[in-house]
Amino acid sequence: MNPTNYLVLSAILFSIGAGGVLVRRNAIVVFMCIELMLNASNLAFVTFARVNGALDGQVVAFFVMVVAAAEVVVGLAIIVTIFRTRNSASVDEPNLLKL
Amino acid sequence: MNALAHMGALAATGPIGVEPNSGEQITFWICATLAVIGALGTVLSRKAVHSALFIAMTMINLAVLYIAQDALFLGMVQVIVYTGAVMMLFVFVLMVVGVDASDSLVETIKGQRLLAGLAFVGFLGLLLTGIVDALDGMPLNGLQAANELHGGNVQGIGVLIFTRYLLAFEVTSALLITAAVGAMVLTHRERIEPRKTQAQLSVERFAPGSHPVNKPSPGVYARNNAVSMPAMLPDGSVAEDSVPTPLRVRGDARDADLLALEEADHLAHHEAMTVDEADGTGASR
Repeated sequence: MNPTNYLVLSAILFSIGAGGVLVRRNAIVVFMCIELMLNASNLAFVTFARVNGALDGQVVAFFVMVVAAAEVVVGLAIIVTIFRTRNSASVDEPNLLKL
Repeated sequence: MNALAHMGALAATGPIGVEPNSGEQITFWICATLAVIGALGTVLSRKAVHSALFIAMTMINLAVLYIAQDALFLGMVQVIVYTGAVMMLFVFVLMVVGVDASDSLVETIKGQRLLAGLAFVGFLGLLLTGIVDALDGMPLNGLQAANELHGGNVQGIGVLIFTRYLLAFEVTSALLITAAVGAMVLTHRERIEPRKTQAQLSVERFAPGSHPVNKPSPGVYARNNAVSMPAMLPDGSVAEDSVPTPLRVRGDARDADLLALEEADHLAHHEAMTVDEADGTGASR
């Protein structure tokens, strides 16, 4: 099977995730879209590992998963903290740093 | 993948018109379609919980695609860590943040959706032309040899992690510890006022404006004891706080005035019936 199909799927998923980050206002949904982009890049890594006939790509995808898990933990903690103080999960609300 | 290759070999000798290795193709087209549907649902659905379920669907389909591409370990990790742990964390935080946290559909920046759509189309076109132009028709080496070198996919990844990528692996452990400590620090709340005693709590409970006893339970004074049905007070009015707050916030509580009318009708009818019955029994005696 042509590996380009997998790469095209990966590109489509990545673009949908990027569009979601641009469009959505809820911080948690924005986070889910970032996860979608990370997943899409993982699919590309796995495909390239298969194309090259070496497992290095899979190891990199594994590290991406670990970093994504850590990122989710810290990001959701930030969202919960902001929700406590501002009572909202919208990315429009926290503008305290704005001049 | 062995099973898929086997299916492919079967298909090659099987019915005419089925090309070799079609098992993987069928898997790909089904899972790719479902993954894209899930991704679109994540972006387009209005409630955050629906987004979470849609992205879980995408992740499971990606896990199937990983396994179809000889990445058994990653497929399993995808299901267990991503779909199991990370998405559970998302749903858990959604529960903390509340059910009424649906997105507002008002555009706060003028023309943002249009520009985002243009950026989406442009970016996708760029990626697709780049991928198809540069990489279409590249030779596929396959992972059979790499997987069999150390006895399997898991063993091969383990050898790589603990030899060539050992430094990255160690740095990852530092990252995980930092993330765990960071989450604890961020969500920790200092107690800035002394803990209240039982006596103080009791005084507060009987202060004006508060509710000293349990709130009325839903539906018990009416005909229906569904949780969304407000209770009726003895004077025929409706007890608003008998319906749980989340239901009221979501607008799932039933209409109180309508209910009162319905109830009054029913009571009047029922009273008439009992009077008739009493008359009937009295006459027969």
